[in-house]
Amino acid sequence: MVNIIWAGMAAIGIIYAMINGTMDKVNEAIFESANEAVTLTIGLISVLVFWLGIMKIAEKAGILELLAKLFRPVVVRLFPDIPKDHPAIGYILSNITANIFGLGNAATPMGIKAMEQMKQISGGDTASRSMITFLALNTSSLTLIPTTVIAIRMQYDSASPTEIVGATILATLISSISAILIDRFFYYHSRRRI
Amino acid sequence: MGFITSMSIWLIPCFILVVLITATVKRVPSYELFVEGGKEGVKMAFSLLPFLVGMIVSISILRSSGALDAFINLISPFLSFIGIPPDIIPLAIVRPISGTAALGMTTELIDAYGPDSFIGRLASVMQGSTDTTLYILTVYFGAIGIRKMGYALKVGLLADLVGIIASIVIVSILFG
Repeated sequence: MVNIIWAGMAAIGIIYAMINGTMDKVNEAIFESANEAVTLTIGLISVLVFWLGIMKIAEKAGILELLAKLFRPVVVRLFPDIPKDHPAIGYILSNITANIFGLGNAATPMGIKAMEQMKQISGGDTASRSMITFLALNTSSLTLIPTTVIAIRMQYDSASPTEIVGATILATLISSISAILIDRFFYYHSRRRI
Repeated sequence: MGFITSMSIWLIPCFILVVLITATVKRVPSYELFVEGGKEGVKMAFSLLPFLVGMIVSISILRSSGALDAFINLISPFLSFIGIPPDIIPLAIVRPISGTAALGMTTELIDAYGPDSFIGRLASVMQGSTDTTLYILTVYFGAIGIRKMGYALKVGLLADLVGIIASIVIVSILFG
């Protein structure tokens, strides 16, 4: 499905440009955006190196284990195929915590690490049930305090930049709960077919 | 806001402090572990690079050709018929595809309509309550080499749709 979307987006764009004469813009965009992607990745290196370094210490010092023990009842229910006390749970919780506080920079490395741990459990190159649940949680956004949006609102002289926080929390809650429900639905649906 | 900002500022340094003190007390070699973990980070970033270049180039071809705008214009009448304000439609469509484009659109909408207008508030909530599904999928699955994604994309996009509808309903009720 990703292959189709990826090739489709580019192919539709190029064909559309042929018809509408925007090929110069497309040509420019190809090289500019490739450059942009590299810049983005280089920006990620510092964050990944720093956070994976800190989290490695946290893992060996037993902090992740402690976190996993504290929230075990909730996580075991959400991710039934991860053995309890597995380090994956600690990373999942760190990712969720970082997301809730709007620390996107810290959340990404921990999320990747959590995925890596889950891959060790399932093996192979197929997304496991827990991976998809975890991904669904992340794509639905778990941010409770949208700091970037608040900053933009302040920039444009909002009378009350933070007044949208309540509405955002409510919308986030609804989208996250539906993400879990949709994920469950597809999981049981895919199992029934086998 | 003061409390929230200062909490965000304190959180990371305090977390690092707790980690370092715990490691030292437990006689865990903190610096060596940091370097070891950091090396994984370098590897991860480089394995991510081709995934991000591929995805971002494809999205930008679609955007720069004008095809995305044409698509939005095409389905706008239908979406405004079911009650979605037409000015918010481009943001709703772009939000799961491109994070930077969505942030740019949110800023433009807030600039054009004012942060305290209905559209300004709706754009703020929409931007804050969903995330860039395609980016997260690319990064998380790309970094660990997952090729068969199963129903992951469907779940992500459907959850986005629910989030977008929820934002519209909630903002209409709270600020309508």
